[in-house]
Amino acid sequence: MLKQVETSRAIAETVALCRPEVICAYPITPQTHIVEALAEMVGAGQLQHCEFINVESEFAALSVAIGASAAGARAYTATASQGLLFMAEAVYNAAGLGLPIVMTIGNRAIGAPINIWNDHSDSMSMRDAGWIQLYAETPQESADLHILAFRVAEELSCPVMVCVDGFVLTHSYEPVDLVTQGDVDAYLPAFEPRQVLDPADPVSIGAMVGPEAFLEVRYLAHHKQLRALECIPELSQEFRERFGHASGGLLRTYRTEGAETIVVALGSVNGTIQEVVDDLRREGSAIGSVSVCCYRPFPLAALRAAIGEAKRVIVVEKSLAPGIGGILSTDVRTALSHTSIPLFTAIAGLGGRAITKASLRGLFKGAEAGVLDALTFLDLHTELIQRHLERESKRRRSGPPAENLLADIRLLAAQIG
Amino acid sequence: MPAPLIKFYQTGTFTIGNRLLDEEALSVQADELRPNVLTSGHRACQGCGEALGARYALDAAMRAAGDQIIVANATGCLEVFSTPYPESSWRVAWMHSLFGNAAAVATGIAAAMKVKGRPNVRVIAQGGDGGTTDIGLGCLSGMFERNDDVLYICYDNEAYMNTGVQRSSATPPAARTATTPAVGSQPGNSFGHGKSIPLIAMAHRIPYAATASVADLRDLEYKINKAMRIHGARYVHVHVPCPLGWGADPRDTVRVARLAIETGLFPLFEAEFGNITDKTSIRHLKPVEEYLRLQKRFAHLFHSGADQQWIIAIQEIANRNIREFGLLAEVSHA
Ligand SMILES: Cc1ncc(C[n+]2csc(CCOP(=O)(O)OP(=O)(O)O)c2C)c(N)n1
Ligand code: SF4
Ligand SMILES: [Mg+2]
Repeated sequence: MLKQVETSRAIAETVALCRPEVICAYPITPQTHIVEALAEMVGAGQLQHCEFINVESEFAALSVAIGASAAGARAYTATASQGLLFMAEAVYNAAGLGLPIVMTIGNRAIGAPINIWNDHSDSMSMRDAGWIQLYAETPQESADLHILAFRVAEELSCPVMVCVDGFVLTHSYEPVDLVTQGDVDAYLPAFEPRQVLDPADPVSIGAMVGPEAFLEVRYLAHHKQLRALECIPELSQEFRERFGHASGGLLRTYRTEGAETIVVALGSVNGTIQEVVDDLRREGSAIGSVSVCCYRPFPLAALRAAIGEAKRVIVVEKSLAPGIGGILSTDVRTALSHTSIPLFTAIAGLGGRAITKASLRGLFKGAEAGVLDALTFLDLHTELIQRHLERESKRRRSGPPAENLLADIRLLAAQIG
Repeated sequence: MPAPLIKFYQTGTFTIGNRLLDEEALSVQADELRPNVLTSGHRACQGCGEALGARYALDAAMRAAGDQIIVANATGCLEVFSTPYPESSWRVAWMHSLFGNAAAVATGIAAAMKVKGRPNVRVIAQGGDGGTTDIGLGCLSGMFERNDDVLYICYDNEAYMNTGVQRSSATPPAARTATTPAVGSQPGNSFGHGKSIPLIAMAHRIPYAATASVADLRDLEYKINKAMRIHGARYVHVHVPCPLGWGADPRDTVRVARLAIETGLFPLFEAEFGNITDKTSIRHLKPVEEYLRLQKRFAHLFHSGADQQWIIAIQEIANRNIREFGLLAEVSHA
């Protein structure tokens, strides 16, 4: 049934259909609407057999989920940005213990400077924690991926992050096909844990492991991710058969047949990229794009196949590893090893900076014309940077950068006005 | 006096032969069929007060809950010495997640039991003083404030022992630790105003908070038993000497713990909903020196030429406890 809803609401209603038994949450923009809606559903009795727990920090939120999951309950939480960093220790712990918790990330930048807007710095910071990471492209997929996430998580005993672009997706209103309880129940069987705290059959969970077996334990974490590479396409196919529309999978190609230029990106920016691809295709460019849904495990073989015989690859990514450049790019480069296909990285959309069609068009054209640098910061305001660097070179106490840049923006705006 | 009154005891040791007691007054530990939740084979040091305290407390909890308990353990000596790979000393459903989250993990377990309709399964969280008074205080306070159905037991050995005896906020003034060396004009830990988690627990007005000691088995069992009969957030703070960290003879663990009570340095009391309801009066008041002298962490206070003011200041802390908790009120059956 198509319904015009805020994506956060669609996510909450879909999570509710997954029959979570313990939900714990701590507020942070832009995740709040999701857990507020769930609190309401639990309070009103619409979501039954579920404990909603308001905790005192994100660290506690995930820790409560860890306890609940280890005791055999289907556990869910959601966070973003600073919240994800605050729970970092528990993020690694949940994966290490193999607890199938599902967590939504309303993707948002990390401070300082504090910034509530969208980019992928938060989930990227946890990319090696051992969680499966799925990135939603559309409002529909933002909702659907949660059903897939619980299924994959419980199948593999591995936690899953569903990464949803903050504001761009979480706060957008679009028609979403909300699925039925019957279909979700048929797709997602009751949680049958591999390990559980039960007085009737006591086990010790979380014991210490020394050098004699730690490598093996870690290898198994890697092995689990490799299994996810097989399991996610299968379960996504099953999802499609059950619900009548496609969501998830490892990645999706867009007009890559015969493409010489292929653009790779995560999440909602793929919509804009596809529009630019359409425009350029109309103008005769051989260009296509790949939307990576499953970022951890990283689908090396599938991406390699999707890139095929392309002449160049451009990665548009909403995160930055200072000192090297791209993060997603590093993984894409691994997929391209043993080829001579050149790779270009565009850091774009940090802290909510709009990624416009015009800028993407310029970027892709530049690559086609052979004038694009290996690392580009899309729409970088070079005059601001210049002023700041000058200020720093002139005075020791040059002051806080963020404040200075804002002052310069005002100054430059006044000059133009 | 909270624990069942015991009319006979041997002068000097306060021990009582079990054969003199009624059946129901027998300690859990006296029963050869006791649960032995923390069984032999663990790697604790000789004379470890924490190993003793954990067995006493959890055996009592098992008895009270008809064996239906799940335990969440913070990182620390108790966790490390009980689960050396590939073995475990726990004969109970047990989980270790992190250093600072035991209370929150327990909340999650309790929520799972509630939603699964298993009210008979009781949940216990436990940790050392560091995991409780310092890094885990946020999660602990949250658990108290929500009144989650969890009994939290803190085993207080007054420092971070597992990492090699560093100071925690439960380390007493003047005590030498690896990070408060006995050097300089004020050797050992500084004289702050302390941090009492039992009093902080009481400020949350939780249904039950108590202190206990490995030196008073019956009292400890009584309090755990009582805590297990109550629902909601409960807290028991157990004083557990650490021979290694305190520099005490392993055979003196119970003796040192008893002296902490008899000097007034570790008051035994119970509180319900934020009000103190009972306390253990001191039978034979001892000067703090007797307690301090048994421990090398205080040895610098007794060197020739050592400034006397530090021992006087510690005595003042004991005197304040005695005054504030009324520890010298008349002792019945003494
Ligand atoms: C976040 C984090 N910080 C520090 C540590 C290191 N650490 C492990 S156990 C421990 C000391 C535990 O002290 P306490 O809680 O008093 O227990 P004890 O060992 O004394 O019984 C420390 C500092 C850790 N494991 N995790
Ligand atoms: S260091 Fe102390 S607390 Fe740790 S095992 Fe040894 S005696 Fe017990
Ligand atoms: Mg300690």
